[in-house]
Amino acid sequence: MEHKLPALPYELGALEPYISKKTLEFHYGKHHQAYITNLNNLIKGTAFEDASLEDIVKHSEGGIFNNGAQVYNHTFYFEAFKPNASAEPNGKLKAAIEASFGSFDNFKAEFSKAGATLFGSGWVWLVVDTAGKLAILKTKNAGNPLRDGFIPILTMDVWEHAYYLDTQNARPKYIENFWNIINWELVEKRFEE
Amino acid sequence: MAFELPKLAYAYDALEPHIDARTMEIHHSKHHAGYTNNLNAAIAGTDLEGKSIEEILANISQHSVAVRNNGGGFYNHDLFWKVMSPNGGGKPSGDLLTAIEKDFGSFDAFKEEFSKAAATRFGSGWAWLVKQADGKLVVTSTANQDNPLMDIADVKGTPILGLDVWEHAYYLKFQNRRPDYISVFWEVINWEEVVKRFQD
Ligand SMILES: [Fe+2]
Ligand SMILES: [Fe+2]
Repeated sequence: MEHKLPALPYELGALEPYISKKTLEFHYGKHHQAYITNLNNLIKGTAFEDASLEDIVKHSEGGIFNNGAQVYNHTFYFEAFKPNASAEPNGKLKAAIEASFGSFDNFKAEFSKAGATLFGSGWVWLVVDTAGKLAILKTKNAGNPLRDGFIPILTMDVWEHAYYLDTQNARPKYIENFWNIINWELVEKRFEE
Repeated sequence: MAFELPKLAYAYDALEPHIDARTMEIHHSKHHAGYTNNLNAAIAGTDLEGKSIEEILANISQHSVAVRNNGGGFYNHDLFWKVMSPNGGGKPSGDLLTAIEKDFGSFDAFKEEFSKAAATRFGSGWAWLVKQADGKLVVTSTANQDNPLMDIADVKGTPILGLDVWEHAYYLKFQNRRPDYISVFWEVINWEEVVKRFQD
């Protein structure tokens, strides 16, 4: 199965001023595309050639895992943005966040802190654990919570390429911006599924 | 005594056009300064205060993650600035060239192996030319701010050349093109400094 770069549900410049068009041109157009190209090349003639992306993320190792998980992670990240986003989730997700973290602001602070303190390259996740509770996880490099039995519902890329053109060494500024462009309706949908 | 951010032996724009002034300035005055400050904070009031950075790294398995990350970041960047020079490039001379030819076959074979280690390090990290305890030269790479002086390193020894392949080292100028950054590094290597580290 040939993996393909999914279309973005918004224009490259639509997330400005929070994420610049230039950043998305490279992040989506070059990095995400490169992971897809590498994955397609690496799976040729292997047991993963016809596997779903989720199975690749769950069961592969080495280069296939690194590229496959980066394809998954970036698609998951990019599709959960939108311009003119609402500030908070609603309904069941909001209630679950309050149950797990005390308040939406506490959740936001904890998730932001996880992003600021992840050393090196990686991802921060909001996941549903096996007991149905929400938790925040950090994974390094291409790491993905599906491998440990968690269901991810929101992710933030903290590889430097995600923000360096916009905020350089100031990762916390990127994290602050992140909260303005989350498609909470999609995150709610992921949570309720 | 606290660790101090080392001054560069050249101006921020001195490595142009290979490494741009803005990258150098942020890399030194923000990233390296951050590691230095965080290292000092991590060792303040502990028995690591007053120890040399080499001594701290040699027993890193016994110290906190903050000391590992920031001690590595402090040491690695200091080495990195020193092994570059506006008058760099070319090849080493004398004993080091002989040793490289002996251990890698040729200078070009070494260059290829080092470049490959830098290009294939997934995520953030460093590529190294290391002099092992028996004097043999090897190429290795480490994740994040780890280095071959650390007792936890897979390949241990004295790093004599290092290349930072964190995205912050090249993203403003090269973005996703890490291989282009790796190729300009060869134009700025201060081989005199590498030779000195090889002979020590
Ligand atoms: Fe990314
Ligand atoms: Fe660096």
